[in-house]
Amino acid sequence: MLRIESLSKTYRTGDTALSDVSLEVPKGQILGLIGPSGAGKSTLIRCINRLVEPTAGAVWLGDVNLVTLGKAELRRQRRRIGMIFQEYALVERLTVMENVLSGRLGYVSFWRSFTRRFPPQDIQRAFALLDRVGLLDHADKRADALSGGQRQRVGIARALAQEPELLLVDEPTASLDPKTSRQIMRLLTEICAERGLPAIVNIHDVPLAQQFMQRIVGLRAGRIVFDGPPEALTHEVLTRIYGEEDWNAMRRGDEEQARAEAEARERMEALAQ
Amino acid sequence: MTPSAYPTTWRRPPQIIRDRRWRLAVRLGIVVYLALAISTVEVNWARVYEGLDRGWNFVLGFLRPDFSSRWNDIAQGLTESLTMTLTSTVVGVAISVPIGIGAARNLAPRPVYYLCRGIIAVSRALQEVIVAIFLVAMFGFGPFAGFLTLSFATIGFLSKLLAEDIEDIDAGQVEAIRSTGASWAQVINYAVQPQVMPRLTGLSLYRLDINFRESAVIGIVGAGGIGATLNTAIDRYEYDSAGAILLIIIAIVMVAEYGSSHLRKYLQ
Repeated sequence: MLRIESLSKTYRTGDTALSDVSLEVPKGQILGLIGPSGAGKSTLIRCINRLVEPTAGAVWLGDVNLVTLGKAELRRQRRRIGMIFQEYALVERLTVMENVLSGRLGYVSFWRSFTRRFPPQDIQRAFALLDRVGLLDHADKRADALSGGQRQRVGIARALAQEPELLLVDEPTASLDPKTSRQIMRLLTEICAERGLPAIVNIHDVPLAQQFMQRIVGLRAGRIVFDGPPEALTHEVLTRIYGEEDWNAMRRGDEEQARAEAEARERMEALAQ
Repeated sequence: MTPSAYPTTWRRPPQIIRDRRWRLAVRLGIVVYLALAISTVEVNWARVYEGLDRGWNFVLGFLRPDFSSRWNDIAQGLTESLTMTLTSTVVGVAISVPIGIGAARNLAPRPVYYLCRGIIAVSRALQEVIVAIFLVAMFGFGPFAGFLTLSFATIGFLSKLLAEDIEDIDAGQVEAIRSTGASWAQVINYAVQPQVMPRLTGLSLYRLDINFRESAVIGIVGAGGIGATLNTAIDRYEYDSAGAILLIIIAIVMVAEYGSSHLRKYLQ
């Protein structure tokens, strides 16, 4: 379904975010991307729909190479890729319904979207999606009137409104409490299973990744250092991903933080058992 | 260390000029400059004394404002001014929106950005009165020159502030809409407009009352409206009518001020 071939990204500042990343995601698979902050997780998923322009490599979605597309064709291909964001990224002053319908922007003319006259089947689909994520009664509320968990549900509905063939999910639970995080992850995985939708999920929370992902890819300093099932995420592997030595002074702080978090969680889990 | 060993006094260290000698020199320099500057101001006290009389007449005119004897002229001036204000604000806002979008670094390509910033710089550099004098010379006395002047001034004001507001918007919302495959115009309509609309409305209303005040000023140089009526009244030494006109201007500005702040609060 999605095939990434030796993708690289070097920012104009000279920072290398990704080097030679290759990855294949088959239909229906939910893949968790883990790694310390600054490892390039965010850059990787943004290079897929080219919110960030990759420096080299290819991204094949079906049989289209997204990297070489011109502007208009890129917009058309972006419709096939739904994206869910860390801080929800809803348009706060629009209603919930407008936010969901904005998933259809790539399919309708400017004039239709400007006058908010979307085709009947789009509106019907939007209501069905709001019902699916449990927010049917909130359709006319403004997005900023919702709680964090509800906003992320709207974010999911917006991405699904595109009728995507792939979901890119950037830290979906980073701004949510643990309980809501689990609810959102469950909703996401259920929806992906219902639709046979492949998804790439950036997630810094290792236990959450282990619980919900079918496959884990570990990224460190822009390179894939682990690729396997969640069961294979041993202490040793996590050390390899989150690193121990060989880090320059600037990254050391991030790394310690990540390691401390990972260890704390392991301890919590040991206690829970 | 025992607690008593810590110092009990603390002073904020100097932030800008670290060197004590330089600080003294700068202070001394300011005092000397002020003394020299004030000593160059020439005041002709005899002339001031003569002028007091005229000033007093002016004040008396305010105390006994005469609304009735020149009412027709005042009414015509007011109508012209209000028309000029409203039309120039509407036209100015309509032109400012595209220029403001073009002058936002995060939305416009470089050449468009520089062009729009250039237009804003020109509009802001030319003061209303100067533009009015130029346009009166071009189009003749009357409110049309005033209308053009105010529209021109509105562009500089509104586009600049709109562009700055657009540059401050939440990029996440723009990214999210862009990722759905939306076109540039749809991104503006769905991700940018909702974020800047309250401020744009507020600024437009604010500009409306600035334009009314300015219409009185540029009227004095011949651009029609209530300013022209005021100028005529002063030229004829009819301070009572001038007083009436000034009171009307003050009243309208205050009504506009309160009205627009209420409206802004309601819209937020």
